[in-house]
Amino acid sequence: MSAATVDLADRACHRERSPFRRALGVGLVLGVVAVYGATVGILPLMDARWVIVDVVSLGDAALIAIGLSAGAAVAARTTSSEFWRLAPPSLLAGGVAGALVALLTLAMQVLPLRRIFIALSPDLLKALNFGLGAPLGGAVLIVSGALLAVLGAALTRAPEGLRKPVIVGLAFVVIFGVFQELIQIMMPSGGAIDALRQSVYTWEGLTLGGALTIFLLASFGAFVWTEWLRGRARERVRRLSPAQRRRAKAARVFLFVLLLVLLPIVAGSYIGQVMMLVGLYILMGMGLNLEVGLAGLLDLGFVAFFAVGAYATAILTADSSHALASYTAIPSLSYWAAMPIAVLASVVVGVLFGIPVLGVRGDYLAVATMGLGEIVRVVVQSDMAAPLLGGAQGILQIPKPRIGGHELADPVQLFYLTLAASAVAAYFAWRLENSRLGRAWMAVRDDEDVAQALGINLVKVKLLAHGLGAAFAGLAGSIFAVMLTSVYPSSFQLLVSINVLALIIVGGMGSLPGVMVGATALVGLPELLREFGEFRFLFYGVALIVMMRVRPEGLWPSATRRRELRDEAGESALGEPEEAAALAMRRVSDLQD
Amino acid sequence: MAPAPETILATEGLTMRFGGLFAVNELDLNVRQGAIHSIIGPNGAGKTTVFNCITQNLQISGGKIWFRGERVDGLPPDRIAAAGVSRTYQNIRLFRNVTAMENLLVGMHLHLRSHWWGALINSPGTRRSEREAHDEALRLLRFVGLRGRGDVLARNLPYGEQRRLEMGRALATRPKLLLLDEPTAGMNPRETSEMMAFIRQAREAFDVTILLIEHQMRVVMGMSDVVTVLDHGAKIAEGPPADIQSDSRVIEAYLGSPNAARAARRRAIAGSSQSPAPPNPSG
Amino acid sequence: MTDVARGRTLVPKLSSLSRFTFVDVVLWALRIGVVMVVVGGSVGTLIRGRYGAVQWFEFLVFGVTMGSVYALVALGYTMVYGVLRLINFAHGDIMMTGAFSGYFVAAAFAGSGFLDRERVLAMLAIMAVAVATSTTIALLTERLAYRPFRHVRGLAPLICAIGVSFFLEQTFRGAFGAGVRAYPDPKWQSGTLSVLGFGVPILQIMVVAAALVSMAVLYVIVQRTKMGTAMRAVSEDAEAAALMGIDVDKVVVFTFALGGAMAGVAGVCYAFIFKQVYFYMGFTPGIKAFGAAVLGGIGSVPGAMLGGLFLGIVESVGPALFLDGIGIPAPYQLRDLIAFTLLIMVLIFRPYGILGERMAKKRA
Repeated sequence: MSAATVDLADRACHRERSPFRRALGVGLVLGVVAVYGATVGILPLMDARWVIVDVVSLGDAALIAIGLSAGAAVAARTTSSEFWRLAPPSLLAGGVAGALVALLTLAMQVLPLRRIFIALSPDLLKALNFGLGAPLGGAVLIVSGALLAVLGAALTRAPEGLRKPVIVGLAFVVIFGVFQELIQIMMPSGGAIDALRQSVYTWEGLTLGGALTIFLLASFGAFVWTEWLRGRARERVRRLSPAQRRRAKAARVFLFVLLLVLLPIVAGSYIGQVMMLVGLYILMGMGLNLEVGLAGLLDLGFVAFFAVGAYATAILTADSSHALASYTAIPSLSYWAAMPIAVLASVVVGVLFGIPVLGVRGDYLAVATMGLGEIVRVVVQSDMAAPLLGGAQGILQIPKPRIGGHELADPVQLFYLTLAASAVAAYFAWRLENSRLGRAWMAVRDDEDVAQALGINLVKVKLLAHGLGAAFAGLAGSIFAVMLTSVYPSSFQLLVSINVLALIIVGGMGSLPGVMVGATALVGLPELLREFGEFRFLFYGVALIVMMRVRPEGLWPSATRRRELRDEAGESALGEPEEAAALAMRRVSDLQD
Repeated sequence: MAPAPETILATEGLTMRFGGLFAVNELDLNVRQGAIHSIIGPNGAGKTTVFNCITQNLQISGGKIWFRGERVDGLPPDRIAAAGVSRTYQNIRLFRNVTAMENLLVGMHLHLRSHWWGALINSPGTRRSEREAHDEALRLLRFVGLRGRGDVLARNLPYGEQRRLEMGRALATRPKLLLLDEPTAGMNPRETSEMMAFIRQAREAFDVTILLIEHQMRVVMGMSDVVTVLDHGAKIAEGPPADIQSDSRVIEAYLGSPNAARAARRRAIAGSSQSPAPPNPSG
Repeated sequence: MTDVARGRTLVPKLSSLSRFTFVDVVLWALRIGVVMVVVGGSVGTLIRGRYGAVQWFEFLVFGVTMGSVYALVALGYTMVYGVLRLINFAHGDIMMTGAFSGYFVAAAFAGSGFLDRERVLAMLAIMAVAVATSTTIALLTERLAYRPFRHVRGLAPLICAIGVSFFLEQTFRGAFGAGVRAYPDPKWQSGTLSVLGFGVPILQIMVVAAALVSMAVLYVIVQRTKMGTAMRAVSEDAEAAALMGIDVDKVVVFTFALGGAMAGVAGVCYAFIFKQVYFYMGFTPGIKAFGAAVLGGIGSVPGAMLGGLFLGIVESVGPALFLDGIGIPAPYQLRDLIAFTLLIMVLIFRPYGILGERMAKKRA
């Protein structure tokens, strides 16, 4: 009763509110965001990075973006099509946002805020003020905020042929500016490419000329695409037969795999390392996906299985006093022998952890498994287990795997190992999903009682989920151990479990492409933007909240999951246009009956 | 072996207590194989509870249950299903977000012979099993009248088709006894007749015994071989439809005479050695 | 009844044991294992007699102190769960925000000597700032992060809570730095008072007193005021309460405010006990307090108080009593383990807690 109708009434009221009040709200919100960014230290951090050297820093770009979005937000919510009606509210929104930042600078100058808020340094003040000091700098902020907002509104209302190229151009400039290190590394040296590179970049980043060039090229490309090529491409695609479409899809997958294989070679070993870490998280994500996405078992103790895999590999292969070889008759094993044992150990632990919590459901299961994971961490770190597991010092000197006589020493080579493991794991996960067991998992997730009434043995099915999920984590742990050539208890915090959960949620629960997207977004990006790595968790936190609100099914969910989540949120079943059409047709034919 | 081989389901003194309330009170039930046996009674008489006891979703407070000559009370629900008992639900509990075919395939879980490790490597046995499963599911789909609609999401099916799909899913487990909980709820007369015919068809085609909870009298009287009447958890009458229709106790239970109601309530709440408590209409 | 088969059972030999699967075996092994550790360890410790009466008393008092802190935090969890059926993962971090903001005031007072001159006033001022901060932040999280998820079932609210937790931690890290800040340690707090012939640190007495006062106030509010009754009504049945004319939104806001306030008090107490604050400090106490709330019976206010106290005492006395007795070196490292084990055992075996109601036994 209450909530639904009140919400509707609320929404109706929203539309009645004057555009100025709305603009005020937008301005305040964005101003708070800017002030927050400054106070928490994101803005200063971004300021240290150049987009265009000596001209525009990333921090400046962020503020500009805030100004533009003030106007864009106002424009997006107003239905009137006259631009002149938009201008005043946009000015207000932008001006207000700017005013809030100006207030911050004023406060910074007058009060000793630095003692409490460590990020509000004099450098930040200078950057925010454009070096102009309080009254002037504040005024400039307000005016520039207002102007940017108008610009943003104009851009939003501009025809697509103008808007897309501008946005694409700006995006390319930002990307080329921020990732300049990586891009420069990727460009092979020598000859023409070198000259090209130097015309565009300096040691620190894009030159102004380079930025302009990229902007023009990118926007031109976008313009051409939007106006001419896109229509034609769509026509071609529509005319493809199903067989051709399948072939196209296979070609896409093949190209993607090719890209994965070649990228580390082309892009250098740093990228290889990042991809390796992403690969490990993808492995773990697939495992947790079995438990959470397919079987509906919220397991927050996942890191424990990761740890078991790593530690098992360590004690079986290491060249140290903690290895089993040094105090038992068991010989030191090669990696290829130790790895299956480590995976098996993880499975056993997974099943063992799963048994006591079989009857625990939902949120409580999350907390119970979290407790189990934490117990493992505490034990692994303790002095009690130190003789076996190395305590806080961990276990060192784990040898890298060898194939024939050749050692997989390079991160790139280990990356291929991870890639192979992920491919095998992905295949298994895919097969399981479409099997009798996968369907049983779906049933248990949807309605446990009915599943049982259909003859599904809950114990077996749930334990299989825990065990198989743990296997993936154990494999990842095993590779992790040889990647670092050591294991430390500090690598196995609850944070890892939450990372993995976050990435399958943001990427899309229940789908393998979703896991890959999630890992790239939540693990890969922060690694690439290393100096923001500290704020990765802030990014997580906000991403989780926003995702759950805006797109609870994730970026690339499985179709089933998307339907389920929309169902849970009470939205209509007609989220998919084909279904709506089918339903309509059926209604018509029913009427004709 | 059992002295009465044609009795497929028997309960003796079946009792289900929730605290002080006897939802089912010393129920003796005998269901003959191949019959359509209906359970009727006013709301709150404990009919669905009886189903829940039979399928072992509830731990019964007392009594015994035999299925095909063997004791089954105390088994977990999945073992009962494996033994050959299947059910549908009063408020349709399909797997809403997957297709009709997938609902049926889940129902076939018990009888598919593929293992998860076979699935991992896509063994020939697994592939064969899946093919056979799909074929059988298609046959079931046709039987329940959803031919060609296997790819429609369960929640997008109209009400009547959902009911039939749920029955199809129950039939996929190849049961010997099928419990149907108000299969014609919410249906108009034409749909009800169709459902009645469908139930009869199912009995013929799958050789199942049907235990039916129903409110619509013409369904009960038109289809049943035996009718059991419950009131406040206890059996007040049993027999062929004609006898039940003219039984005075049944009429009282449905139309209500004060004495009968009071007596029935006292029986339900007091049970064997409890003191009477205020009547609780829910059951 | 006639003609009923009295035949053999479906699973020969295992008729009544058929309910007794290996799952039950494992669960029983778990129970027995824990009992053995507890009993065996206690016996071992008492035999060895390594700890004297003074030390046991100290453990006990410390346990009561920590228990009061846990109880305060647990109250927030239990009240929010009662009205929203949501585990507010971020609640431990709300405690941290109280502790952190109190730090700045405390440091300023210590520096100026105010803390030594006007003890009670200073402490009250620190509390006030902490409570104000934690309450405000609690209200903000409710309004911005939790309210949109009010009617969504499934995992989304829980994930959102995790997100909020991260957000709070990182905000404080970014704004105030990742370092550990030392709370002032005024000499008058380390003095002792004589209780039952043993010396008890004044600080611990203060903490327990503060907690008791807060809990008393809370109890009065929940039991005697209109808002408190509304809260209890919404906890029982939100829809019915709404139909009775109760504004559920207001009740939720009120609940968050109360919980946040309790967490603020707890934060300051915790900080003075351990003499430090850092951005991550709320996480572990938060989980433990949640365990305490579940132990006492989630949704039950007296349950949270009892649960918290129980947890504090067991956690304090436990390492010495159980773990040392079975020969574990450095048992204090495993103190967290005791809390987590308690949490898990409660969730598995008695999820409705000590004071919670027993739901109908469903077949597993």
